[in-house]
Amino acid sequence: MSPEGGARGASGPSSSGPEGLPARILELGEELRREGVAVGTSELLDAFQVLGEIDWTSQRDFREALAATLAKSQEDRRVFELVFERFFFRAVEVAAAREGIAEQSLAELGELSEEELDALREQIAAALRDGSESAMRDLARMAIAAFARRQEGSGVIGVDVQRIRRALGLRAEPQPELPPEDPRHDGLPREALRRFEALLRRELERSQIERTGKLPPSRPLGELDRALPSGPLADLAAVHRVVAQLRRRLATQGQQMRGHRRHAHVDVRRTMRASLQTGGVPVELKFRPKRPKRPEIYVLCDVSTSVTSASVFFLSVLHALHDTFRKMRSFVFIERISEVTDIFEHERSFKGVSERISTDAGVADISGYTDYGRVWSEFLADVEDDLHPRATVIVLGDARTNGRDPRADIFAQIAAKAGRTFWLNPEPRLYWNYGDSVISAYEQYCTAFECWTTSQLEDFVRALTRPVVSA
Amino acid sequence: MSAPASTEPASVADVAAGLRSVGYLPGESTALVSYLATKLGKPVLVEGPAGVGKTELAKALASYLGRELVRLQCYEGLDEAKALYEWNYRKQLLRIQAEAAGTGWEAVQDDIFGEEFLLARPLMTAIASEQPVVLLIDEIDKTDQEFEAMLLEVLSDFQISIPELGRVESRTHPIVLLTSNNSRELTEALKRRCLYLWLDYPELEHELEIVRLHAPEIDETVARRLVEVIGMVRDLDLKKPPSIAESIDWARALLLLGVKDIDAATFNETMAVIVKHRTDMNVVAERVGLKLSPPAPAPADVA
Repeated sequence: MSPEGGARGASGPSSSGPEGLPARILELGEELRREGVAVGTSELLDAFQVLGEIDWTSQRDFREALAATLAKSQEDRRVFELVFERFFFRAVEVAAAREGIAEQSLAELGELSEEELDALREQIAAALRDGSESAMRDLARMAIAAFARRQEGSGVIGVDVQRIRRALGLRAEPQPELPPEDPRHDGLPREALRRFEALLRRELERSQIERTGKLPPSRPLGELDRALPSGPLADLAAVHRVVAQLRRRLATQGQQMRGHRRHAHVDVRRTMRASLQTGGVPVELKFRPKRPKRPEIYVLCDVSTSVTSASVFFLSVLHALHDTFRKMRSFVFIERISEVTDIFEHERSFKGVSERISTDAGVADISGYTDYGRVWSEFLADVEDDLHPRATVIVLGDARTNGRDPRADIFAQIAAKAGRTFWLNPEPRLYWNYGDSVISAYEQYCTAFECWTTSQLEDFVRALTRPVVSA
Repeated sequence: MSAPASTEPASVADVAAGLRSVGYLPGESTALVSYLATKLGKPVLVEGPAGVGKTELAKALASYLGRELVRLQCYEGLDEAKALYEWNYRKQLLRIQAEAAGTGWEAVQDDIFGEEFLLARPLMTAIASEQPVVLLIDEIDKTDQEFEAMLLEVLSDFQISIPELGRVESRTHPIVLLTSNNSRELTEALKRRCLYLWLDYPELEHELEIVRLHAPEIDETVARRLVEVIGMVRDLDLKKPPSIAESIDWARALLLLGVKDIDAATFNETMAVIVKHRTDMNVVAERVGLKLSPPAPAPADVA
């Protein structure tokens, strides 16, 4: 079923298909699935069961009950809220349009005098301060009616919302020029302001639907997947969140592996010692704990301008995961190669790291363009003796040689000496091998990943920490 | 246990009032989902950041419903023997040795695999209990997937098979709460069987109420200011944001100090109650401490 042509086509939710609440709930489930929430039949059955237990005339209970059964993670819950709002708003509007019910028109309000407007402003501010939902809804309609008459609506809902908000003088910041008894004097709660804007938006949408008599086409929700932070320091908090999450995931992941082979090796010594309690009979077997493999890692990061933010981000992720690896050495390169392991040992902050890399590393020679051939030979000379089959080499770069010789033969030597070789490309796969990208030359010697969203990065780290089967 | 009269809630409002009466202030969805759990007998998966009262909820539910709380704390490497049941080997051995040599194998075998030699672990206790209980499986995300799979069986049928003894079926229906800090994705199969409850940091008014409940003597304006400041601190990018328990601790500390208003100086002195990391302290002092310098006592003299 295509998003356009399904039950939710131009004609709206309830104009086709059976009537009644059960059908609506199934449609809601369908819509959630379209947005990527895994809603199974058992979840829907649960939803119906739950609705039998509560008083679903209260919108809040109704929504919470559905959410508890249909959305099983925080992410899903967020999608659920959006879909729920949109779905039932549209369903109600369709029903209203069919029945020919229109909101009681406020047109007879007529032109408001400046004083009346001021009273309205103050009333709205008071409602926002008290956070009363129903008062806010009524006042939102009044405000729209009052201000839409003074100037023509722009037709773009978002613009109109902001215009009305400004005209009402609603701000979160304190406005000391107003008299102290005015609720706006100390600023309004941000949350209430947001709610009020949402109500304005909704009322505007409603009147638009009333005017035109049909629903605007429903759009799928925007891309919720976050891309990696693009600027060097773009979203530090987001970076830390990703790293913290990764670290916790990895900490438990080693454990799963430990569980698998728990029964492999009996620890004779501990078993004998335990048997002393039972008179020398080895009743309780003690097993040798199985520790997950901690690979030795060599990371090579391109820090030329085209990929710099991705590299520094990636390096900091790896170093946050430092405990997971037995040994880790990091290098940055542009034309030459330089070891930066120390920097990460001592610098804990992301900002400090990127500053020190740009000042100390000294990897740019003359042109500032990446020279892969030279990098490979320098790297090989540096670590040739240390590389062994348990070592893992990770390269992060866009494989754009700027027309220079890729020297894939040296790269092949490195890959042959190391146990595993990974290539992370911060460009989407679509752009690979276009222009001066020579990733295909290297790809035959290593496993290449594209890596430009946090979930891709997580996939990679998972692959990296998966224990090597052999040895 | 003296088996207190167990309560059966009749509506969501009942649950909310009941939880309140035992000192837990539930949010909207918390009361609703708890009510559904008692009605439908489905396990509830509670997720949320550390310190928002996930474990507290189970305790409060148990004391409100007059049920015993059985708690299974999960950890890495938790296995069936620690969660379900185990044979008491030592006692069995003693039994064998105490028997006269003449006793036949059959008799001894019948003897030593009796309930007398069974060590019931939390899941077993919860299922075999005469009285209905509240079963709390804490931090389920710390265990491995095998354990989760085993749990599925227990949670869907509420029975445990012991090869030597037969099946132990639940006589009463326990209320099951699973908590998770979301450190790994739980399996779809487990999620499917649960109701889901996301507990987040409470909203301002709600937290204010909680603080007032636990530190009733605190001054109204101080309490409000405190909750606002906590909100500000939580918005920062910290290693460990302050939990509800820490807001309460802070309220009590301020009460002891007899503070009348939270200004920058007081904040910097007492910050250690809510912020527990060296690096976090710097961030908080920089971002929040400065904002606080109020117009009243000594304006903007805090570096």
